[in-house]
Amino acid sequence: MTNQKGRFGVHGGQYIPETLMNAVIELEEAYNRLKDDPAFNRELSELLCDYAGRPSRLYFAKKMTEDLGGAKIYLKREDLNHTGAHKINNVLGQALLAKKMGKTRLIAETGAGQHGVATATAAALMGMECVVYMGQEDTVRQALNVYRMRLLGAEVIPVKTGTATLKDAVSEAMRAWTSRVSDTHYCLGSVMGPHPFPTIVRDFQSVISREIKEQILCKEGRLPDAVLACVGGGSNAIGSFYHFIGDRDVRLIGCEAAGRGVDTPETAATVNTGKLGIFHGMKSYFCQDEFGQIAPVYSISAGLDYPGVGPEHAYLHDIGRAEYVPITDEEAVCAFEYLAKTEGIIPAIESAHAVAYALKIAPEMGRDKILVVTVSGRGDKDCAAVARYRGEDLHE
Amino acid sequence: MSRIHQAFENGKAFIAFITCGDPDLSTTAAALRAAVSGGADLIELGIPFSDPTAEGPVIQGANLRALKGGITTDRIFEFVRETRKEIGIPIVFMTYANVVFSYGAERFISTCREIGIDGLILPDLPFEERGEFLPTCRKYGVDLISLVAPTSGGRVAMIAKEAEGFLYIVSSLGVTGIRDEIDTDLSLTVQTVRQNTGIPCAVGFGISTPEQAKKMAAFTDGVIVGSAIVRLLEKYGKDAPERIFEYVKSMKDVLKGM
Repeated sequence: MTNQKGRFGVHGGQYIPETLMNAVIELEEAYNRLKDDPAFNRELSELLCDYAGRPSRLYFAKKMTEDLGGAKIYLKREDLNHTGAHKINNVLGQALLAKKMGKTRLIAETGAGQHGVATATAAALMGMECVVYMGQEDTVRQALNVYRMRLLGAEVIPVKTGTATLKDAVSEAMRAWTSRVSDTHYCLGSVMGPHPFPTIVRDFQSVISREIKEQILCKEGRLPDAVLACVGGGSNAIGSFYHFIGDRDVRLIGCEAAGRGVDTPETAATVNTGKLGIFHGMKSYFCQDEFGQIAPVYSISAGLDYPGVGPEHAYLHDIGRAEYVPITDEEAVCAFEYLAKTEGIIPAIESAHAVAYALKIAPEMGRDKILVVTVSGRGDKDCAAVARYRGEDLHE
Repeated sequence: MSRIHQAFENGKAFIAFITCGDPDLSTTAAALRAAVSGGADLIELGIPFSDPTAEGPVIQGANLRALKGGITTDRIFEFVRETRKEIGIPIVFMTYANVVFSYGAERFISTCREIGIDGLILPDLPFEERGEFLPTCRKYGVDLISLVAPTSGGRVAMIAKEAEGFLYIVSSLGVTGIRDEIDTDLSLTVQTVRQNTGIPCAVGFGISTPEQAKKMAAFTDGVIVGSAIVRLLEKYGKDAPERIFEYVKSMKDVLKGM
C-alpha cells in the first residue's frame, strides 16, 4: 500500500502534515530537474571550490599513526571548509536549489550551531532572508555560534519547548514551515526528515566520499579498510560512506553519542538503544519509551544530541553494511584532547566521537591497514564546554 | 461504518477537542461530560505526544501537562472504556503516528474498536502514507480521518474521494491555535470536496468565537474547536468543566439553527 518512493528498506517515507505535502513534492520535482543539469552543477561546483574551499584535504596523521602503532590513519579534513564544518556542502546545494525554485527565505534548525552558521552564511551570500531555530539549552552551550549567525544577518529564535535541544529545534522549524511555505525553503541540516531530504542531503554530502576515494587511491593506490564518522542525524557519515557502499571490503563505521553510557538514560545512541518508530517525517530508529513518547536524549555534543537517525543509516544497519558503535562523553573528550596534542588539530566534539573509535581500533589493526576518519568540523566552538567538563570555569 | 455520521444529523456539528489527562483524568471526564451537556456532537480526544509538531503553544502545553501527570496509552484506553458507559456520541482519537505505531497498529486499532472509538486523526500521516494503518482501520471499522489544507491545491479531489468518517478541513496555514481572523478562502476547497465525496466536512484550526463558527459552518457541515477549550483547562484546571459547558453551549447555540 505504502508509496515506495523515498524508502530505504522499511525506513524513510513522508510522515508530515498535509500542509507541507505540496512543498516537499515541489522540492522533489525541482531537485530531479536540476540535479543533472550541467549549469546548476557548474554553479554549485564553483561555490564549493572557490567559496567553501573544496576539495578538503585528506591528511596522513603520521604522529597519531606512530603513537598508536597500528593502522595508518588518514583524516578527512572537513573542518577546513569555510564555516568550519561539512554542513556547508549541503547548505550551498540547498540554498542554490531554493533560489532556483524562487524562494527568498531560508529557515533551518541547528544543534551545535554549525548548520545554522552555514545556512546563515549561504543566505548572506545569496541575498536571502534567514531564520534559525535553536534549542534554548544549545544557545547557551554554543553562544559563540549564536553570535556568528546574528553577525551574518540571520535571526536566531531560541526554542524553549521540550528538552530545548536539537529535536525541539527541528519540531519548531517544521511548525514554522507550515505557517509560511510559499516563499520559504526549509534547509534541513541532516539526512533526516521526510523524503526527499534524506536523499538530497546525502547527495550534496557525498562529495566527501567521492574525494576520499580519489585521494586515497592517489596516495595509497588502494581503498581504505575502514571509514569512520560520527553520527547524529548522520549527514557527514553518509557523505563519508556513500561512494564506498558498493566496496564490500571497506568497513563503514558510524560513531554514535553514548553520552554517559548506553546503559544509562542519558544517551543519544539511537541505533544502539532505540527502536523503530515514526517521527520528524520519517520511519527510522528512535530513542523512545514503550508508548512511543520520544526520549529526552543527552550528549555533551549538541550536534549529536538527537533521538533519531537518518533512514539510510537505519537501513545500512539492518542489512549489516555499516556498523554503529557507541562512544561516551568521556571517550570523546579524551579524543578531543588527544588530537589537539598529537596532531595540532582541534576537532569538533562531534567529530571527536569518530576519533575516539579510531583510538580504540587502530592499535589492534596491522600496520598495513588503512583507516579514514572524517573530522567533520573544527572544535573552537567546543573549547569552553570541554573546559567545563574538565572542571575549569572558562568564559568566552 | 462507524457512528461518525450521527454527529452531523443535529444541524451543523460542533466538534470539541480535549487533551486526555490534562491536567488529570478526573478533570478530563468532567470536561467531556460538560462538552456533551453543552451540545457537542463529536469528541476529539487527544492522546498526548511528547513532540506534537502540528500543535501551537496551547495544545503543546496540554500535551506536556498530561504526560507529566503520568498518562499513558494504556491508561487512556481504560479511561475511554469507562467513559463510554455514559457518553454515547462519537469519539475519535487525535494523536501522532508514532503513538499508534509503537503500540502496534493491530493492537492499537483493535482496542479502539473494542472500547468504542469511532475514528483516528493522525496529523503526521498524509494521504501517501495511509497504507501504514488503513488496512487495519478498515478491518476493525475505525475511520481513518483525512485532512486537507489551504496548500493542498490539486490534492483535494484525490484526498476527498477516499475520505472516511468526515473530512477535516484545515482552515489556515501553520499549527493549531486561536486566531483573531481566518482569512483563507476555503470556498474552492469545499466545492472540490463536495464534488468528490458525500461524507460531511468540518473546519478546524484557529476557530474560537461563535462568529467564526457561524462563518465557517455556513459552507461546511461543522466546526472543530481545540485550543479555545484547552485554554480554559489551562487557566481554570479542575474548575474548567463548568466554563467548558457554557462555552460549548454558546457555540452550539449558534450552529443549531443553521
